[in-house]
Amino acid sequence: MNSTGFEPRIVAFLCNWCTYTAADTAGVSRMEQPPNVDIIRVMCTGRVNPVFVLKAFAEGADGVIVSGCHPPNDCHYQEGNYKTFRRMPLLEMMLDQYGIEKGRFHWGWISGAEAPKWAQLVRDFTEQVRQLGPLNWKRQIESKE
Amino acid sequence: MATLIIDGQEVHAEEGQTILEVARANGIEIPTLCSHPLLEPYGACRLCTVEVIRRGWSRLETSCTHPAWDGLEVKTRSPAVIEARKVLLELMLSRTPNVPVIQELARAYGVTEPPYPVEDPQEKCILCGLCVRVCRELVKANVLDFSQAGIERRVGPPFLEKTRQCIGCGACTIVCPTGAIEIVLANAAVYQEKPLGPTSAIWVPSLQAVPRVPVIDTDACIRFRQNDRTDGETADACGACQMLCEAGAIDFTQQDEIVELDVGTIIVATGYNLWDPTLLSQYSYGQSPHIITSMEFEHLSNAGGPTSGQILLSDGRKPQRVAIIHCVGSRDHNAHPYCSRFCCMYSLKHAHQVRDKTDAQVYEFYMDMRAFGKAYEEFYERVQEEGVTMVRGRGAEVEVLPDGQLRVKGEDANLGRLVQVDVDLVILATAIEAPHDADRVAALFGLSRTEDGFFAESHPKLRPVETNTDGVFLAGVAQGPKDVPDTVAHAGAAASMALALLDKGEVTISPQIAVVDEELCSACKTCIVLCPYTAISFLEDKNVAHVNEALCKGCGTCVAACPAGAITGRHFTTEQIMAQIEGLFRMPIPQLAEGVSP
Repeated sequence: MNSTGFEPRIVAFLCNWCTYTAADTAGVSRMEQPPNVDIIRVMCTGRVNPVFVLKAFAEGADGVIVSGCHPPNDCHYQEGNYKTFRRMPLLEMMLDQYGIEKGRFHWGWISGAEAPKWAQLVRDFTEQVRQLGPLNWKRQIESKE
Repeated sequence: MATLIIDGQEVHAEEGQTILEVARANGIEIPTLCSHPLLEPYGACRLCTVEVIRRGWSRLETSCTHPAWDGLEVKTRSPAVIEARKVLLELMLSRTPNVPVIQELARAYGVTEPPYPVEDPQEKCILCGLCVRVCRELVKANVLDFSQAGIERRVGPPFLEKTRQCIGCGACTIVCPTGAIEIVLANAAVYQEKPLGPTSAIWVPSLQAVPRVPVIDTDACIRFRQNDRTDGETADACGACQMLCEAGAIDFTQQDEIVELDVGTIIVATGYNLWDPTLLSQYSYGQSPHIITSMEFEHLSNAGGPTSGQILLSDGRKPQRVAIIHCVGSRDHNAHPYCSRFCCMYSLKHAHQVRDKTDAQVYEFYMDMRAFGKAYEEFYERVQEEGVTMVRGRGAEVEVLPDGQLRVKGEDANLGRLVQVDVDLVILATAIEAPHDADRVAALFGLSRTEDGFFAESHPKLRPVETNTDGVFLAGVAQGPKDVPDTVAHAGAAASMALALLDKGEVTISPQIAVVDEELCSACKTCIVLCPYTAISFLEDKNVAHVNEALCKGCGTCVAACPAGAITGRHFTTEQIMAQIEGLFRMPIPQLAEGVSP
């Protein structure tokens, strides 16, 4: 816990076959990672409707992660990660327009064999969002209504 | 059918046979140096001279060129024949006084010393032309020929210079009766003088090979090499094996072919590659013929191997001291961090074999002895009792001393000090690794790989042979290092999983599939192009999209993309995921007590 006492809340949408497996392995292997990330499992990152990310921010998340299988060939569903590859940059532009800082949203690829990489991402991303401070988007939305 | 008399014996001959062939077929020996069953007769050495009597006229003829005519009488050992051969051998011995085969033949005819002045005691060529004929008739390379005439006559390539026409097949050295031709390797370092490996272009892979038939190495076979080199113009070079095979089993027209099969299940059993020990230079692999890998030792020690199972050095000596180094490339962060698992046990076996077959002292450099299987610990104890010196500590370095001796250095962790030992033979228990094309196989079958490069099973404990692709199973080392019993068990499990699936005859599909709400579908067809499985079709009559439940794998890509929200991903519905997100933020953040780590 840092001096401000702020602990960010982070939501991660992970695909069942790669990053969720990596996160599972990281946990089973007792890799150290902060408890700030809540994981929502989807079968494929191609299932991640950008609305889910917005919803997470709206509900009070300070950061969101979307992570799946490495392109080109790791995807269990052949090309679901390509759909993510197309959608997420557009979503990033949209978040920017909403005034959400770039550092609060991460999308990328972690294969089932890369448990240490997942633990590292959780550590780094949590610290990054902690530095950005609370998003308070929910309160902002409510105050405008 | 011709009938003739050879040495008083009535024999029969086929049309076109020579006297020599008929005599040989009837067990009558006629000496010859220049005949070869696969080459045209030439009559160069003239040692096969016999007395041929026809219509009462007697003549001396070379039996290799003379047709076996009907009614001939042939004498192979008459005084005239013996005298003629003796003269020939006197001349030959004077030309090539130091060739054993000539000396032996000459002695048999009573010639012990060269009767004529010897011009060059090193001369070995008797100008029989076998090499010229094999190069022209079989290899079809036309490199060798006679040049000059009379006493200057000699054999060689044009102008006696190196020529690119020569493919280095060595056929001339094999047929040469006097050992006058030698192959000199332009880059000798490439061909280490190891007593290992196949010695011709056609061989049986191993005594245990199934099926146990010879294979032709097309990279070494004269026929294939000449064919490649001349773009098929000399497609019929050599073929000696085909001419000699009585069963007619050799077929050069066989081609590699790709067979397409429709199958229900697939077992991936692609095995492993041996790691290349030259990548860690401290082991000096490749710098001495006496630093060999365990696989090479297996070949050496095999009863069907090049030394018929004897453990010999390349110079034919028996080794006095042998070092076996474990974990070469395994459990090493400069190579592979994982344990290759079966090397400890085969290294113990190698130590046992060396002790069994030779009197050599064996030094076994190991880090930990992983004798993990049934009866393995007992075998470890037995090998220790056989007098093998166990050095606990990785063999750090192999040094090739100037006199060819090998020096192995390492640390004996039990003694807590550095040790070194001079040995004759070093056996490196090299690591195994995933095959180099494992990434392509993984992409082909939709498999994932673990950090070590081997294919990932569905679950490390509960689903050890399944993969994340339905109907594809893993067997053996393709999944990770295993010894033989483990591989057999794993492969058996894979086979029964595959059979269970086949036997059932139907596939259980996951309930996680997409369904279209026909009321909501706006017929935009966005989903149809997104589906990687072509599971979504468009029903023209109803004007809606439709998901084929058998084809849908449930990835949910179409669910996320449907602008009308008409597609539901069962078990991962938008409502469920939204509820999860909401639920997260309704729960208070669990607070940890001070000083407790998660």
